[in-house]
Amino acid sequence: MTASSARRGGLWFLLAVLLLYGIAFLLDPASTNLALDRSAALFSRLLPMLGLVILVLFFANLLLQPSWVRENLGKHSGQRGWILAIAGGILSAGPVYPWYAMLGDLKAKGMRTALMSVFLYNRAIKLPLLPLLIQYFGLAYVLVLFAYLILASLPAGLLLERLVGGRPSARRGNRPL
Amino acid sequence: MPQPNRVDLRSRLAASARKTLSMAASLLPILIGVVLLTGLLLELLPAKGMAEWFARSDVLDAFIGVLAGGVASGHPLTSYALGGELLDRGVSLIAVTAFLISWVAVGSVQLPAEMLMLGRRFPLYRNLLCFGLAILIAVLTPTAMYLLHLMP
Repeated sequence: MTASSARRGGLWFLLAVLLLYGIAFLLDPASTNLALDRSAALFSRLLPMLGLVILVLFFANLLLQPSWVRENLGKHSGQRGWILAIAGGILSAGPVYPWYAMLGDLKAKGMRTALMSVFLYNRAIKLPLLPLLIQYFGLAYVLVLFAYLILASLPAGLLLERLVGGRPSARRGNRPL
Repeated sequence: MPQPNRVDLRSRLAASARKTLSMAASLLPILIGVVLLTGLLLELLPAKGMAEWFARSDVLDAFIGVLAGGVASGHPLTSYALGGELLDRGVSLIAVTAFLISWVAVGSVQLPAEMLMLGRRFPLYRNLLCFGLAILIAVLTPTAMYLLHLMP
């Protein structure tokens, strides 16, 4: 997906959502105002993480050369690639949307589809929220669940890679955002 | 020879900044759209009545759990609190596990953003796979706990 088509698509998407708000406002103004308040609160919580992701993107653009990405996250990265993707997914904090941009960039530099999937799947494990999850459901449950999540991410990644193909957009000449 | 290196670094910094700004500009309308959509969905689908959706049958509950978690969006902490509340109301651990996993792994609200940034096929297949895996892990987790005598 090229930068301009992504921007155009994003603007159309935003326009569609605004249209939805317009319809919702006509039907139920009070709830729509509450939804706007809720969205503003969500966005303010998102801003610091967005700043962090933009910083990470800047340094990734500066330092991560396609050759490094191909070697460590590419088709022949081996165990190191899987471990990096699992650790990256677990450690990546905040909402997922900003991370899509980084993955899009890494994909264009040669990141394996399976590892992108593993990264996203392991985001289900939220280390900072671990004490709360244990408090709600118990330590044994959390350990079993996390073990399954990590293990399942590997065949899921491989299967997804088979379904989608190694690098689906590269053949069409797509570029990063 | 320091001069060419400094020039090289400056041009790389400028190129990196330009590329990052372009990426951020593409990201922003998508991000605002997803946040607005999340706010609207959270307001229109109140969580309190969710326990009534579950029919008390494990397989069907797991399916409903994945659907509910996939449509819902927001901070994972909300899913823990909701999951805890659902358990208290007698919903099965299988359904709650399915709900917790799909809340973070299946993203129907985020799907347009994911498709805009990663192409169409990858997000579609990924979400479908996560949907199936959430049901599978939801069944396996309590089963493993039972077999290992870890069930409280």
